[in-house]
Amino acid sequence: MATIAATPAHAHESHAHPTGFMSWMSTVDHKRIGTLYLFTALFFFLLGGLEAEIIRMQLQGPNGTLVSAETYNQLFTMHGTTMIFLAIMPLSAAFFNYLIPLQIGARDVAFPRLNAFSYWVYVLGGIFINLSWLLHAAPDGGWFGYAPLTTRAYSPGMNIDFWVLGLQILGVSSLAAGFNFITTIINMRAPGMNLMRMPMFTWAAFVVQFLIVLAFPVITIALVFLMFDRFFGTNFYTTAAGADPLLWQHLFWIFGHPEVYILILPAFGLVSDVLPAHTRKPIFGYPVMVFSLILIAFLGFGVWAHHMFAVGMGPIADTVFGLTTMLIAIPTGVKIFNWIATMHGGSIRFTTACLFCIALVAFFTIGGLSGVMHASPPADLQQTDTYFIVAHFHYVLFGGSMMGLFAGVYHYFPKITGRLLSERIGKWHFWLTAIGMNLTFFPMHMSGLLGMPRRIYRYDAGQGWDGFNLASSIGAYILAVGTLFLVWNIIKSLRSGTRAGNDPWGSPTLEWAIPSPPPEYNFARIPTVTSRYPLWDMKQPALTSEVPHSHRGDKEMEVAVGGKTVGHPHPGPAAQSTRVSESEMHIETETYTPAQVGIVLPDPTVKPFFVALGMVIMLGSPLFMHEAQIREIAGNAAGHRTAMTMFWIFVLGGAALMVGSLYNWLLTPLESDHH
Amino acid sequence: MMLLQAPHYAQQSMIDPAGTKAGAINDFWHFLIVTASIVTAIVFITLFIALAKRRRPADPEAPGEQRSLTRWVTGSVAVTLVIIVVFLFMDFRLGRAIATPPQRTPLRVNVIGHQWWWEFQYPDSATPGNWISTANELHIPVGRPVILRMSARDVIHSFWVPNLSGKKDLIPGHDTETWIEADSAGIYRGQCAEFCGLQHAKMALLVIAEPERQFEQWALGARGAALAPADSTAKAGEQVFLTGGCSVCHAIGGTMAGGTVGPNLTHFGSRLTIAAASLPNTKGNLGGWIVDPQRIKPGSFMPPNALEPDQLEALLAYLEGLK
Repeated sequence: MATIAATPAHAHESHAHPTGFMSWMSTVDHKRIGTLYLFTALFFFLLGGLEAEIIRMQLQGPNGTLVSAETYNQLFTMHGTTMIFLAIMPLSAAFFNYLIPLQIGARDVAFPRLNAFSYWVYVLGGIFINLSWLLHAAPDGGWFGYAPLTTRAYSPGMNIDFWVLGLQILGVSSLAAGFNFITTIINMRAPGMNLMRMPMFTWAAFVVQFLIVLAFPVITIALVFLMFDRFFGTNFYTTAAGADPLLWQHLFWIFGHPEVYILILPAFGLVSDVLPAHTRKPIFGYPVMVFSLILIAFLGFGVWAHHMFAVGMGPIADTVFGLTTMLIAIPTGVKIFNWIATMHGGSIRFTTACLFCIALVAFFTIGGLSGVMHASPPADLQQTDTYFIVAHFHYVLFGGSMMGLFAGVYHYFPKITGRLLSERIGKWHFWLTAIGMNLTFFPMHMSGLLGMPRRIYRYDAGQGWDGFNLASSIGAYILAVGTLFLVWNIIKSLRSGTRAGNDPWGSPTLEWAIPSPPPEYNFARIPTVTSRYPLWDMKQPALTSEVPHSHRGDKEMEVAVGGKTVGHPHPGPAAQSTRVSESEMHIETETYTPAQVGIVLPDPTVKPFFVALGMVIMLGSPLFMHEAQIREIAGNAAGHRTAMTMFWIFVLGGAALMVGSLYNWLLTPLESDHH
Repeated sequence: MMLLQAPHYAQQSMIDPAGTKAGAINDFWHFLIVTASIVTAIVFITLFIALAKRRRPADPEAPGEQRSLTRWVTGSVAVTLVIIVVFLFMDFRLGRAIATPPQRTPLRVNVIGHQWWWEFQYPDSATPGNWISTANELHIPVGRPVILRMSARDVIHSFWVPNLSGKKDLIPGHDTETWIEADSAGIYRGQCAEFCGLQHAKMALLVIAEPERQFEQWALGARGAALAPADSTAKAGEQVFLTGGCSVCHAIGGTMAGGTVGPNLTHFGSRLTIAAASLPNTKGNLGGWIVDPQRIKPGSFMPPNALEPDQLEALLAYLEGLK
């Protein structure tokens, strides 16, 4: 993957980045890390998709015999885990990495080496969880891993060990990246870019990072408890010792529901930036769009127990959680209406990216409305844990997140690689995906209403489910073909796609003011921003007449709408530190080496990789302890000793590698030579 | 009576209610789906209108466009809010209506979840030894509320018979309660709705709702001890049961068999299905199940039993005679 991403021809070959294997292992450039995220996440998307295809083959007809109950439970657990933690979140992370510094006019993220560390933890964690397939011991407790089913007593194999350890590893990656992006967005915006001038995607990314840093510690605690129960015999979830299994459910869903917004808000952000470029209209109601992002995130922390109506929390709790859940429909509705208003009266170009945005608006509406239906506790008691729910959240996550991310891929591929994706193949990809998605997931509403529960590896004939399941399976096969078109498009366009130039879509934001792919240093001169849409101000000022501006050269930021001054907000530290007239908005078309423009960039280093490797080895080593415990129970004393020796070698070796590399990293300056 | 085919039961469905609670939820659901369909249709139509009204890049924006769009968005949000308030109101009313059973003398049943079968006890006597204890088939009288007291022996399960009512989880160490009521006689299928491990898919149950008098008759028979073997074959079968491994896990009232790990088989012959409503209770199915349960339900806790053909024949005769 890395080598594919490295091949795009450069406008100035002599100034191209180094492209060897080691250059990718040691990169700290946010753009190359973003590219690594993109292709790794697309790979895991294909893997999770393959798991889904096997599931659909098994359920295509009654009494499916393709896979056993054991394998089926592993498949649906890994499909969910892979898509959530290894595909959609990292796809979003690819765009966070690539776009945040470009959109705010920065040369990199705040902590470039920490950024590399996040990526390596992610990819090694993903490999770790999937190694379980080799032992035929993939996690099989569902992505939600309810205790006590996931405790040793009921899941004695290593399956859940891979899951409980792997998720902790992946959490480290998300948390490190979250703090990195928050710091970047707060501190590194270009002069004049106050918060209400940030592109919508950066806003969505900003909000999501707060969700991540608040939600992931909660699941980490739940996972640490489970890990202690499994490896050290504690009783956090042992009901026989007086534990209440609802502890797991509360902790899991306090994370789990914000996680839904972690998955969907980046797609919302992408659509809000992609749509204006293709409709040639500013996003409608920018401040309301920003506030509804924040409101969705805020309310998202107060709805977790709507996943638990069936446990019987009592009428007060049920009512409150039902109410907060329905309230989320308001800010979400605001976003849908504003997107439609953005399209209304625009001069729309139906590019593939634009089609995916439109599809998000349509499909997410369906998913959102079915979501309101099970916000009501009595209605939910019928719908929960049936295929109706499977239909609902696939409309949200496939019809929402993936459509938005596909729109992002088509829109930003030329920025990332310098070449446009083929529109012809893209249209095939789009229509097959749109048709396949609806054919797969719409009939699931029906099978759910007819009483088909989730997570069953077989069903009897004659229950009215056969036809709907067959339709879903056919839809899934169409989706697979559609996805192959995407793969073909990427491979073909990397080689022979049309050259993109700076700004193939006529977009309004900073990332399009520099060459594609951007030079290592991003901006030779950091631009000064005077409105939300700086490029349109330069190229098509008519488009931004209704957008607030500050006038160039003003000491005070003046907000003007339609040429009339409407206020004087606090200009903020970024605006105060630079006199606006000195370095204004500009477009850069030439690519130089950093030395030519006198910019010092962080040195490449493999230390973050070794810290990540050491950490993953250390955190994965309890598997040997489990093996030792199994051998001990089996009365194999010698085998027990061998496994424990392996455990100590790996845990201490991993720790030594991690701590040693970390010291080495911290003692090395970010930039070696100071000119 | 030996059943030769699958018992006929109603389509397992939440939109074909046969019980008080399922009916009330279904009415509300109809309101939801109609409203949601109208909203979806309006959103799609406005989306198509927005897409159809394309402006040429050179043309200026229509005057007053921003203001009319603002009005439209504000109006849409206001309508959304109104719909949500109506939803909430109806949701509260429904929630209150189905929270407690009607004020008629209820029947009480204990539901105990096991991996992967259901145990039902009718605690209608001070002595637990006199309770009816059965498995996977819940007999209830029509038109009388049934309060289900639920617990789980191992992991979390969820009791769900969609034609009668929504779900309620069975949580180890944390008893829960719900109630159901059937409006009309019939057999209603349900199944476990919370993923509970390997054979979650094959943890089904039947609710057999009968008129009060028939139910009382059933209860009378079910409370009694097992019928004595009718002939010498069945008598030999009883010996196979008691001296083989069977009685370690299974109980048969009136005999020495007192195992509590697996389902109580006192009136096994009158059950419609075996293996948690996975198969019709026929001699052939039962024979296959006893010899190799792992082929039918891999991971089931019932071990395979190597029996001589005549032993198996005798055991089957005995079990099918336990009406």
